Amino acid sequence: MRGSAHAPRRDDRVVQARLQNGLEVRLKEVHTAPLVSFWVWYRVGSRNEIPGLTGVSHWVEHMQFKGTRAFPAGQLDRAISRDGGFWNAFTWHDWTAYFETMPAGRIDLALRLEADRMAHSLFETAEVQSERTVIISEREGHENEPTFRLTEAVQAAAFRVHPYHHEVIGDMADLRTLTRDNLYRHYRKHYVPSNAVVAVAGDFRAPAMLRRIRELFGKVRPGPRPSDAVRAEPPPAGEHRLEVEGPGETPFLEIAYRSPQASHPDFFPLAVLDSILGGASSLNLFGPGLSNKTSRLYRALVEGELAAAVSGDLSATIDPYLYSIRVTVRPDRQVERVMERLDQEIQRVLDGAVSADEVAKASKQARALFAYGSESITNQAFWLGYSEMFADYSWFESYLKRISAVTVDDVLRVAKAYLRPSARVVGIYRPKAVAHA
Amino acid sequence: MPEARSGPRLEAKSLPGPDTILRRQLANGVVVLARENFSSPSVVLSGYTVAGALHEPESQAGLAHLTASCLMRGTRRRTFQEIYEAIESIGASVSFSGGKHTTSFQGKALAEDLPRLMEVLADAVRHPAFPAREVERVKAEKLTSIAIRDQDTGAVAGLEFDRLAYPDHPYRLPVEGMRETVSRLNVGDVSSFHRRTYGPRGMVVAIVGAVRRKAAVDAVEAALGEWTHPSQPAEPELPRLPPLKGVVRQDRVLEGKSQCDIVLGVPGPSRFDPDYLAAALGNNILGRFGMYGRIGDAVREDAGLAYYAYSALTGGPGPGPWSVLAGVNPANVERALELIRAEIGRFIGRRVTPIELKENQANFIGRLPLQLESNEGVANALVNMERYRLGLDYYVRYADKVSAITRDQVLDTAKRFLSPDRLAIAVAGPALSNVEGPALRGDGV
Repeated sequence: MRGSAHAPRRDDRVVQARLQNGLEVRLKEVHTAPLVSFWVWYRVGSRNEIPGLTGVSHWVEHMQFKGTRAFPAGQLDRAISRDGGFWNAFTWHDWTAYFETMPAGRIDLALRLEADRMAHSLFETAEVQSERTVIISEREGHENEPTFRLTEAVQAAAFRVHPYHHEVIGDMADLRTLTRDNLYRHYRKHYVPSNAVVAVAGDFRAPAMLRRIRELFGKVRPGPRPSDAVRAEPPPAGEHRLEVEGPGETPFLEIAYRSPQASHPDFFPLAVLDSILGGASSLNLFGPGLSNKTSRLYRALVEGELAAAVSGDLSATIDPYLYSIRVTVRPDRQVERVMERLDQEIQRVLDGAVSADEVAKASKQARALFAYGSESITNQAFWLGYSEMFADYSWFESYLKRISAVTVDDVLRVAKAYLRPSARVVGIYRPKAVAHA
Repeated sequence: MPEARSGPRLEAKSLPGPDTILRRQLANGVVVLARENFSSPSVVLSGYTVAGALHEPESQAGLAHLTASCLMRGTRRRTFQEIYEAIESIGASVSFSGGKHTTSFQGKALAEDLPRLMEVLADAVRHPAFPAREVERVKAEKLTSIAIRDQDTGAVAGLEFDRLAYPDHPYRLPVEGMRETVSRLNVGDVSSFHRRTYGPRGMVVAIVGAVRRKAAVDAVEAALGEWTHPSQPAEPELPRLPPLKGVVRQDRVLEGKSQCDIVLGVPGPSRFDPDYLAAALGNNILGRFGMYGRIGDAVREDAGLAYYAYSALTGGPGPGPWSVLAGVNPANVERALELIRAEIGRFIGRRVTPIELKENQANFIGRLPLQLESNEGVANALVNMERYRLGLDYYVRYADKVSAITRDQVLDTAKRFLSPDRLAIAVAGPALSNVEGPALRGDGV
């Protein structure tokens, strides 16, 4: 990383800057409520893990709550709560993010805490051991859910080579054997200023906020930005079908097509197609979405009395990922029949039956959800950082424009390109009868 | 690390209060509350009508819930698809949910679409057609949800807890009903439940967003002002609930699961109880503050037993549960129960510390701007003000009320309700014997 700092640039309402140590900063003043939401995003997640070390990024996230010398464990939670704040962290395939949303006058605590734990978390051996059972418990809680088991199997089948292969929580084998040194090395390698983005939205003055960020985060020692190269997944060589068995009486169906990365122009027509098929998806981390009762798959499968629920899921990722359709099958119906009906709907799209009205409706829905998302300061700060993880903030700012530019032909083209049976994984959760006590 | 400093201050002018809320009671009894917020172009509505599971016979458990879910499945004017096309095509949402005491509703739209939102809502609540085919579809979906619920360890522990803590009381049954009761319901039941119980008396509608207050109230009056139901029944009285006499416990085995969920607790104070706020503050200390309060410290942070372990105070119009919830490996269930019961014992044995009190008071006051940031948050606050007769100045007085709570009040309130020796305990998950659990702290790799 070069030593010269970039001068802050005011981009409409977003101030962008880069500190000398490479830390990127994004600031957005929003004066609708006396709150500030402060986020730090790291470009590390399960995408940066190899077998034997799966789950390490998520476990590091847990350890970031176990204290530094300046902020000992247990005091962090209390300090944030005392000021009426709300904080949390997330680990996903491509990134790990930490945030605090607090009354505006109290946000300095978040800045001091995040600057400190960027480099000075303790990772004490006893805390690592104690957290092992907590994380195993978290995984066991997931395993109680049939849909987790199914998604884990589908993902593993969809990616043989690429690290999107495994779930963020990690494999149980690795959760049992990861060591303190594994965790600490991962932390020190990836938690460097040049691998992070600070994103802040809310009731502050940008020049003062930037000054304070420079003061606190400028002191964090620079480190080389870790390579983000991963092994690319080869093209799929045919449809893959799998079954997972487990308790219950409800079958679930998950169909996953390979989707383009978020920065690819096809992402936007595919988002419109998702709206038409499965209903409008909320872009926002917090807040309500819309119902999907006029979507094609709801009408075919739920009104068709084959399923209890259906949804589509398209994620914004660095590398090509999955467009998944998930169906809760009615216990009194056959999964094969559901699959057949679903395929008829996909075929209708491939045959060209998409109307301009449907495309326009998807665009209006996106506009409404976008407006709802801007109501929360936490959501606004979320987008400032999140969009940087797979593209940049202009991706978010141009989102509505790009969605409204999508035509019927675009939708048909991406449908043909991505909804190919030969490029999908079909996963079925088959309930098997077990004795009830 | 700074020590407890002076508590946060609230700017009274930014809080909903008598100066910014317009309240009007319509001639038919509907109460309308409205508050303006022009910082974004949307509007939210929220409220309830006094028809709930308390109005249904036990043999028809789930009827109020099913009825609420069928309201939007067709009206005299529109088919199911026409209703949803009207709202989804403009990016709006409307939903109803049948609860124990009331059926609540939520709606959201861009501000210019408030008239359509209000019209769809009023049409659904007043003139549902309950087409037989649609009711059967919704019923089948509900039965699928019940099948999933009955395999969900957390939900099953909750159901068992309710059975133990609320014997001979309507709270012991789930609002969604059971497979046996729901499978017997038919369109006639749904239709007559609606005809008998839905009405304007006691109904509350709150509207918050980029709409003038008076225009918002007028929109509700236009849509609901002419609704009458002279024989609408009153909200049923709850039977008296005898206190638990000792520890009662039920374990439910769900084969093929990895983790056990635990729910334990007692019937707690209603939102009308004069000690409710003291109980809420105490609950925050017991199992919420920071990372799940004292219980989180004991079960998650110190013992490393669980990913989650926290306490919850339900409130509501009746004796909703005051409970502790945790998810643990089957090998650790007994140890977790011991730790939780010990924390309850400590909580009712001694006053909380002055620092705990001060920190939690600061938390209650400081988090208010966040709770009231969104239109949804304000709309829910307005509905609660009306439902629990808190007064329009509740949030203006809130900081003083919280600050006035004493350590003795927290202890006395805790003692009134909690005891480690009088608890309902429910556990659901894999069998507790013959399990090989993960290594406990210190025994790991």
